Amino acid sequence: MSVPTGTLHLAAAIDGDGRYQAPYYVELARLAEEGMLDFITLDDTFGPPGPGRGRLDALAALARVAPATGRIGLVPTVTTTHTEPFHVSSAVATLDWVSRGRAGWRVEVSATEAEARLVGRRPAAPAGELWAEAGEVADVVARLWDSWEDDAEIRDTATGRFIDRDKLHYVDFEGAHFSVRGPAIVPRPPQGHPVVAVAATDPVTWQTAARHADVVYLRATSPEEAGRIRDELRRRAVAHGREARALTVLASVAVDLADGEGAPGTGPAVNAPVALTDTPGGPPLYRGGPAGLAELITGWHTADAVDGFHITPVAPRHDLERFVNGTVALLQHRGLFRTFYPGATLRGHLGLSRPASRYALEREAAR
Amino acid sequence: MSRQHQQIHLAAHFPGVNNTTVWTVPPAGPTTTPGRCAPRSPALGSQIDFDSFAHLARTAERGLFDFFFLAEGLRLREHNGRIHDLDVVGRPESITVLNALAAVTERLGLAATVNATFNEPYELARRLASLDHLSGGRAAWNVVTSSDAFTGENFRRGGFLDRADRYTRAAEFVATARELWDSWTPDGTPRPFAHTGRHFTIDGEFGVPRSPQGHPVVIQAGDSDEGREFAASAADIIFTRHGSLEAGRAFYADVKRRLARYGRAPEELKIMPGVTLVLGDTAADAQEKAAEIRLQQVSPQTALLTLEQIWGVDLSGYDPDGPLPDIDPDPDSQLTQGRVRHGDPLAVAAKWRALSEEKGLSIRQTVIEANGRQSFIGTPEAVAAQMAEFVAADAADGFILVPHLTPGGLDDFVDRVVPLLQERGVFRTAYTGTTLRDHLGLPFPGERG
Repeated sequence: MSVPTGTLHLAAAIDGDGRYQAPYYVELARLAEEGMLDFITLDDTFGPPGPGRGRLDALAALARVAPATGRIGLVPTVTTTHTEPFHVSSAVATLDWVSRGRAGWRVEVSATEAEARLVGRRPAAPAGELWAEAGEVADVVARLWDSWEDDAEIRDTATGRFIDRDKLHYVDFEGAHFSVRGPAIVPRPPQGHPVVAVAATDPVTWQTAARHADVVYLRATSPEEAGRIRDELRRRAVAHGREARALTVLASVAVDLADGEGAPGTGPAVNAPVALTDTPGGPPLYRGGPAGLAELITGWHTADAVDGFHITPVAPRHDLERFVNGTVALLQHRGLFRTFYPGATLRGHLGLSRPASRYALEREAAR
Repeated sequence: MSRQHQQIHLAAHFPGVNNTTVWTVPPAGPTTTPGRCAPRSPALGSQIDFDSFAHLARTAERGLFDFFFLAEGLRLREHNGRIHDLDVVGRPESITVLNALAAVTERLGLAATVNATFNEPYELARRLASLDHLSGGRAAWNVVTSSDAFTGENFRRGGFLDRADRYTRAAEFVATARELWDSWTPDGTPRPFAHTGRHFTIDGEFGVPRSPQGHPVVIQAGDSDEGREFAASAADIIFTRHGSLEAGRAFYADVKRRLARYGRAPEELKIMPGVTLVLGDTAADAQEKAAEIRLQQVSPQTALLTLEQIWGVDLSGYDPDGPLPDIDPDPDSQLTQGRVRHGDPLAVAAKWRALSEEKGLSIRQTVIEANGRQSFIGTPEAVAAQMAEFVAADAADGFILVPHLTPGGLDDFVDRVVPLLQERGVFRTAYTGTTLRDHLGLPFPGERG
């Protein structure tokens, strides 16, 4: 067995359509934190998640979770099609402030006519166009995060100046659909850049993901397929002038641990071949026991196909609990996964450095 | 004495981005050091650290306040073509902070200022309903508007609504939000909505079920005729700045009178002036402290800049400790951007000049004298008595306290004044409900037929 080349990263969705009270989200977040997971995600759409169904604003729910947790990363989905990029930048930066450096956001678009009609400002557009715009939003959001240099606040009593305005910068962004003057209202967030995630489960998203994302979820049913997609994403990232390792590539897996390995001698044998079932419209499904899932994760990681996994528990409370207490415990026992958080920020968990403000670098270079 | 004591409502404003917030020397190192976990000393409070927000909110809740209030910024102010650098500046996005504060408080109402010009009803109604759910019914929205192309440069629309359209858009915005909040039945069934109006034509299904308060509480800030009318028709609270007892009574009578036009009872709109306060062990001690605070708030640089904002011209050659300039203001100046210019500059300048000449005041002294906001200054006993008097005299239903320090600016009030208000029987001794509507005694909106 070859030694895995990188740290294993694990993340879990705590989605809860029809869950409207804070304790539900806090309980699941704390459970994931007990498992030392890198981060939790909460899905969102601009409109309702489906006919007759409701869902809370994901960033709001994870802001509510932030003070009730200490280390785990918080990654809500935030859509870019019908919102103001300036507001998106402020809200994600604020999530980073209230969580002390644990924020990310998953960039998502709104492609349907129904969603467009909820705002009445523009018609629906093709996915390719929306993803290009989402890339522009990710770009301007990051520029706004950089628009205050880290040491812009000076409180200089001698001159009466609270800020050094030479360290605040206009972003002057002109996109196809919007322009933003800047600077931000929110001072530079603790992580510099909160983590940007893209579910690159459809090739239409790959370009935006390769250019702007720190974390990418991909859709594959075998390690070979996952490795090919990761190579392609890394190749494109390099073409955008980024380091291949700047992308943390996670495989998306829906997890149903409802049966199997409940007690010794029950359910499928632990050593049975572990496979994923392709499911239309969602991530591939793993159905079985926690130990089998640990086998699968170990196998893919050992093959160096992915940097980790983003799991979506089919029944969040039940499956996440079995994932943490079964699968994660086994991976920890094998020395494949951390048993404590060595750092406090999401970038720290992912092994990503804290970027310098591009404007500070420009100022430095111009000296 | 048989008359039921009028109950006072209290709220706390987080010291915001302006020159009334007194700033202290910075803590060591940049504020954004990653992984900084240790709370700072409250004396070194920050306008951005969550600890400062949490401390002030917990203090307000310890004082049994109705709600905690956050302002909003959408563009950094500019002066003379450059970013204004003298005031405390930089703030978090308010709804996100309030969701986090919902985790560290249990009863306190949570009010966010959000602009109705640079948002869309569906998205904002959804965010506010989410806050109401996640806080168990404690959300409020302070509706503000902007006519400002300067601010608009940060937004897709880029624009600019004229003054009249600001209020028609805001009124339609609030009405539309309420249609959305009403679109789910209390038993959890969504019904499609369709709104057709001058500013919005939208339809579909709202993504969030009816929230604990039905409608988050709506606050309106402002004093224009349109603002008063808008508040009378659509708000639950009006946030004012009326200082004197007489001005407060006149405003109170006028606004409460307008409610009848909309079929509303006087108690359905609470009138809450924003007030500052300075406490001392004696009256003289409090006055002395207040004078010191004003000197901290109005530095020589700030005094000149305040004058430039009115005159609309560069006055950097003038001595802040010297007399007012003898030149007239430029009424059409764009010298200052992002701050509302109050009143006719020529009239303001004439008034200030008269004040300066009458009392022999320098530029800095004139700014301090003229800009002194309504404040309760005195011993805890005197402040409690004044507050009770305002409410008993129908000059206010309560107050929004605006401390000049963060995060410890409310500590003294809660420790020393609240118990006196309670002894007088004019302030609650425990929360009797769980929602902000409960605290304010506001009706829960019924279901739409």
